[in-house]
Amino acid sequence: MTANIARWPGAELGSKDLENGKVTTQRYRPDAKFAWSAGEAMSRFLAELQQGRLIARECKNCGRILFPPRMFCEECFRPTDEWVYVKDTGTIETYSISYLDTDARRITEPILVGVVSVDGASPKMGIMHYFGEMATGEIRIGMKVQAKWRPAESRVGSVLDIEYFRPLHGVDR
Amino acid sequence: MRVGIVGVGVTPFRPTTPEFSWKELMYDGAQRSYADAGIDPRSDVGSFITCAEDYYEGFGIFDEFTPDQLGAVLRPMHTVGGDGIQGLANAVMQIRSGLADVVVVESHSKASDILTFTGIVAHGLDPIWNKPLGGHPNYVAGLEMDAFLRGSGNRSEDCAAVVAANRQTALLNPIAAYGARVTKEQAAKSPALWAPLRQLDASTLADGCVVLVVAGEAAARKMRSEPVWIEGIGWASDSPSLETRDWVAPAYATLAAEMAYRLAKVRDPARSFDLAEVDDKFSYKELQHLEALRLARKGHAGKMARSGDLAAGGKLPTNVSGGSLGCGNVLEASGLHRVAEAALQLRGEAGRLQLDGVRRAVVQSWRGLPSASGGVAVLGVGR
Amino acid sequence: MRKVAVVGAGMTLFRRRLQETGKELSFEATRMALDQAKMEIGDVDAVVHGTAPDAFDGVHMKGEYLLDGSGGTRKPYMRVFTGGGTGVFSAIAGYWHVASGLADVALVVNEEKMSSCQPHPQSVFAHIWDPILDRPLKPNLVWIFAMEMNRYMTVHNIPYEDIARVAVKNKRNAVGHPCAQLADPKITLEDVMNSEIMAWPVRRLDISPPSDGAAAVVLASEEVVKKRKLRDQAAWIKGVGWCIDSTMWTDRDLYFPEYVARAAKMAYRQAKIDRPKQQIDFAEPYDPFDYKELHHLEGLGLADRGKAGLMTREGVTERDGKLPVCPSGGLLGVGNPIAATLGIKIGELYWQLTGQAGKRQIPNEVHTGVCQAWGDLMQYGSVVVMGA
Ligand SMILES: [Zn+2]
Repeated sequence: MTANIARWPGAELGSKDLENGKVTTQRYRPDAKFAWSAGEAMSRFLAELQQGRLIARECKNCGRILFPPRMFCEECFRPTDEWVYVKDTGTIETYSISYLDTDARRITEPILVGVVSVDGASPKMGIMHYFGEMATGEIRIGMKVQAKWRPAESRVGSVLDIEYFRPLHGVDR
Repeated sequence: MRVGIVGVGVTPFRPTTPEFSWKELMYDGAQRSYADAGIDPRSDVGSFITCAEDYYEGFGIFDEFTPDQLGAVLRPMHTVGGDGIQGLANAVMQIRSGLADVVVVESHSKASDILTFTGIVAHGLDPIWNKPLGGHPNYVAGLEMDAFLRGSGNRSEDCAAVVAANRQTALLNPIAAYGARVTKEQAAKSPALWAPLRQLDASTLADGCVVLVVAGEAAARKMRSEPVWIEGIGWASDSPSLETRDWVAPAYATLAAEMAYRLAKVRDPARSFDLAEVDDKFSYKELQHLEALRLARKGHAGKMARSGDLAAGGKLPTNVSGGSLGCGNVLEASGLHRVAEAALQLRGEAGRLQLDGVRRAVVQSWRGLPSASGGVAVLGVGR
Repeated sequence: MRKVAVVGAGMTLFRRRLQETGKELSFEATRMALDQAKMEIGDVDAVVHGTAPDAFDGVHMKGEYLLDGSGGTRKPYMRVFTGGGTGVFSAIAGYWHVASGLADVALVVNEEKMSSCQPHPQSVFAHIWDPILDRPLKPNLVWIFAMEMNRYMTVHNIPYEDIARVAVKNKRNAVGHPCAQLADPKITLEDVMNSEIMAWPVRRLDISPPSDGAAAVVLASEEVVKKRKLRDQAAWIKGVGWCIDSTMWTDRDLYFPEYVARAAKMAYRQAKIDRPKQQIDFAEPYDPFDYKELHHLEGLGLADRGKAGLMTREGVTERDGKLPVCPSGGLLGVGNPIAATLGIKIGELYWQLTGQAGKRQIPNEVHTGVCQAWGDLMQYGSVVVMGA
């Protein structure tokens, strides 16, 4: 293969080559916009968030409480049966302390983010969210946390109606 | 090894389906198909395939969002960036290779989630040569229609006849979204937005999901007394460049048909089929594809449309389902939808659309603008 | 089932930014693979294309856009897509094109031109998330891998240095690779462990770089291998497997890649492998992050759960070790143009098994290798076993 690549060595460019206009470029910004139907499960989920509650669906076949909720059980492949409220407390399953913001830019104040499995749902079932009111040295897997809700009047039916999850003191395991 | 269709599931096509998320729509289609085949996807399926394009779904990697609603969690599954017949071809190959006995093929359209469909089609044009020109991308279809009519000798009135026929027959199809008593005259007078292509020459987007269950011969016979056999399947692409592809006789359709006919041992296509379902995302495409598949002689497809040869009871009933013009353009699910319609005809389960004595059918798909890709399937019962 | 061999492979330079367009990269890789297989495009019956999100190249239906560069014009041409899993998966699709008898020779071409996406390819990853559950949180892709790595380290109590050693090994291995982007003969464990924290526990040198590139392989049936006298340069595909896990990644325990284990089981069954640790001579698991190599070795059954790091520490996975892992230099050393990693997974197995790996050739004789790719929301595994 070494002999082959010699025939097609490739031409590497630096970012300066682009910035300085040394390379011919064609710019195009696609017009691609979407508005997804939330559907039955997510519509109810979002409506409940606005009320400051977390809701799941139960599958009576396997007995799992599915969170986030869905109208079908992916294990049993049958419709789920009932709406069940779950708690706004849970356990940190994993987390990261990110020095990258959402656009991959460096930041000095890190973002704490991870997965919380919620109490009342089946084991390991949870959502991704931010963590707050804890130091970077404090956060750990297994920590008990509770949702910090935004005030009722500023909730809009979004996962952001929860500002972040914060330590639930006193019941730590 | 023969491969048979043992399960057919089609959700009703609708201009919009706000009550369902794309996952719930797929779940609906899958349930119907599994019930039809009498299978449990969690235990009876070797492999799952979905046919989808990222930009139609609004995702970077749509493959992520496919398994749960089809019963495919922790099972072999993959996405084909292509039309449903291409997906079906993968199923046939997996079964013939011995990798799976039973394969599920899914495709859907949730076009109502797309706010800027025109912008997305335009985003498929060549970034250096074509995108800078701007304009509504249907101009590409207008150019092709013009080249086709001039090069083949068909007439624009023939295209209006196709529009009227497909919209009207769709009134008999309970899943169709756009059945209507559109007349030839109406079609011929609709605004020539991309002349010679008129507004009514273009199909309208719809939401819908199609799921097929296919199986190798032994498994298929156990599941169904009379499976619909996939006797031949083919797919092909012409050049992606608008400037160098064939505008009159679409090579993708000709080559795909040659491949499918070779596998199905079809020597004289014009006399081999009781039913044709060919792509009609634009009216002229039906005529162009009939000629490319050698179902009509060059320049004669329009005459067949005019004279009723393509109607139910005609010489070669074509798109009696209503096609994309009548049922709606369901994007990558279009080919799979037509396979489903043909399978129901072959089973004698096509309801008010049912034709007499359908033993063998040909189905053809095109991926839509600006592609030059598509597939062909030859289906039959009994033999 | 017909036997299928890889009879030629090619790959382009992997670099952060290449002047060539995606079509041109596809062409170069294809031409190199055909040259090695002593074939022309007319000898090819079907083309399979693998490429990841359309947004990188900036073209909707980018499989269609890339098809002429990939030799697909007027041929049966098929694009398959399983996220990062595409790097190995497209070859699996190529395999069934030939094994089914629908093609005698199939060309598999994978391309990725990430640099077309401006200002940073990372912005494409903003669109891979669930629009309701994840996107409002504006996640960064590195976050979820950091979460997976943290879970894996914590459950098994794995020291970070055992993970960082993978980056050192692979970047050193890449020194012999003519296409490599980040080969570094002098890199040390301290370099990796002291590199900038991106999203703890992930540091800069734990991550493979975004890259432009393309790779291609030619697959042929046994009859073609015989007829064209290619036996000396053929490596046989012995088993293929693929598997997807649930979309709901926040409902799964991320410490073990069950989807890789299932895909491996499927491939091993076909390859008649029941004791992978004894029967597999070397491996090319997917290593976009250093911890992923370990995670995947465990999924592939080549290491006990939680023990892959120990194998790295003991030198077992070095090129001259008992089980060489990523002798190519992997994604960490050669680069990570998502789907084009075909060239460092299937491609490397092919070159190693046919003794054509040059400076990277494993000193011990190798008869059986396994490669694997990983993709989607930490949910996809594709596995291929090949033999000499
Ligand atoms: Zn259940």
